[in-house]
Amino acid sequence: MTSPEAAKTVSNPNKAGPPLWLLAELTYRCPLQCPYCSNPLDFASTEQELTTEEWVGVLRQGRTMGAAQLGFSGGEPLVRQDLPELIAEARHLGYYSNLITSGLGLSEAKVNAFRDAGLDHIQVSFQASDPELNNAVAGSRKAFDQKLAMARAVKEAGYPMVLNFVIHRHNIHQMNDIMALCERLGADYVELATCQYYGWAFKNREGLMPSRAQLEKAEGEVQAYRQQLAASGSAMKLIFVTPDYYEERPKACMNGWGSLFLTVAPDGTALPCHSAKLLPIDFPNVRDMELNAIWYDSPGFNHYRGDSWMPEPCRSCDEKGKDFGGCRCQAYLLTGNADNADPVCSKSSHHDRILAARRAADHATAGIDELTYRNADNSRLFFRG
Amino acid sequence: MTDSVARVPRLRPGFRFQWEPVQDCYVLLYPEGMVKLNGSAGAILNEVDGQRSVADIVATLEQQFPDAGSLEGDVNDFLRDACQQHWIEMS
Repeated sequence: MTSPEAAKTVSNPNKAGPPLWLLAELTYRCPLQCPYCSNPLDFASTEQELTTEEWVGVLRQGRTMGAAQLGFSGGEPLVRQDLPELIAEARHLGYYSNLITSGLGLSEAKVNAFRDAGLDHIQVSFQASDPELNNAVAGSRKAFDQKLAMARAVKEAGYPMVLNFVIHRHNIHQMNDIMALCERLGADYVELATCQYYGWAFKNREGLMPSRAQLEKAEGEVQAYRQQLAASGSAMKLIFVTPDYYEERPKACMNGWGSLFLTVAPDGTALPCHSAKLLPIDFPNVRDMELNAIWYDSPGFNHYRGDSWMPEPCRSCDEKGKDFGGCRCQAYLLTGNADNADPVCSKSSHHDRILAARRAADHATAGIDELTYRNADNSRLFFRG
Repeated sequence: MTDSVARVPRLRPGFRFQWEPVQDCYVLLYPEGMVKLNGSAGAILNEVDGQRSVADIVATLEQQFPDAGSLEGDVNDFLRDACQQHWIEMS
């Protein structure tokens, strides 16, 4: 009478659904030094990366649990020599696989070899619409030309083309140029992702956050460009991620804690999002536990499921089922306690921290060269003290 | 766009249609996204292969679901919507 379903050993106390999205952060190694990187500040303390066999085990377990979307990310995932093998395994298992890359370390030959191995999509990130600013933000002199060449190779190989730009106060004035560049390259989707303040971006927030005036101008430009695209029948889709620091209600972060997204960090730590490593919570490692038990039963993944953990003002709020109290990492970074309401919410007693950041953005003067760049030397300062 | 039944629909490049046992439904996968399809949408897209025309697809589905009556209207409505969403292309 025992079905395979019933034979599962997990108890799943919060009746969580399956993880449909698996993000494999293959490595923290990266040739670029973007000061808005979401990797942990102490990334250089990461010891052993998972082996190829361990990653294959993670992919198999995730797929059995129902994960359909797979992201290969990092750091720069191209640094991993076993990437072609992992791509082939992902295709064999039936994942839709996305390579999220800076384009550095990519070549036309690799673009084609990955396609033949079954990779579905390559997302190339840019830092700006011109080489000078792009390379200054990336901390690399040759980055822009390489990115352009690789974007063209991706298009040529027949992949759907997604271009990603992280938007901040130093490139937000280029919005029109950025969208025009994407159209020239034949992009299908353009992510204009206003910087979110975690990891290195939180450290550099004052030097990155756009002012409200900058943001409103950019929003108008995106809206006008959308109308232009619609009028010309173009299928290029602009996805403008607006910064939550200018909202009065928090984002429904990750669609709820442990609800859809499962991240595995380079050392095998399993996380409900790629920033959660900064929280004072003991997260399990895929080297010690099956992914199934990690997702459904571990204290780390059940920590903020449901709403019984919520203090006021979330507890009695009629919007708690919509935004889940916002982002736990943001609550922790801004209030020192991850249980608190995300201070983006105007009902939060810590909302003044957000208002102060907005005021600071109106008067910030720091140049790009004054930002703390994301590299191993700077990272060591954070864990050696 | 006309609804000529002679046209041949195909999935837009980069889109993948597949059955997901854990979700117990067909899904459409695309860069960093997934649409869960209801029964009829899944049944229609399951016949879209880039070879057969709308008329062929309607005939196949009417054979599969003999009690459903004429399906041409439903199939055309869905395919038009899928085109507008840029999930499929018509040639």
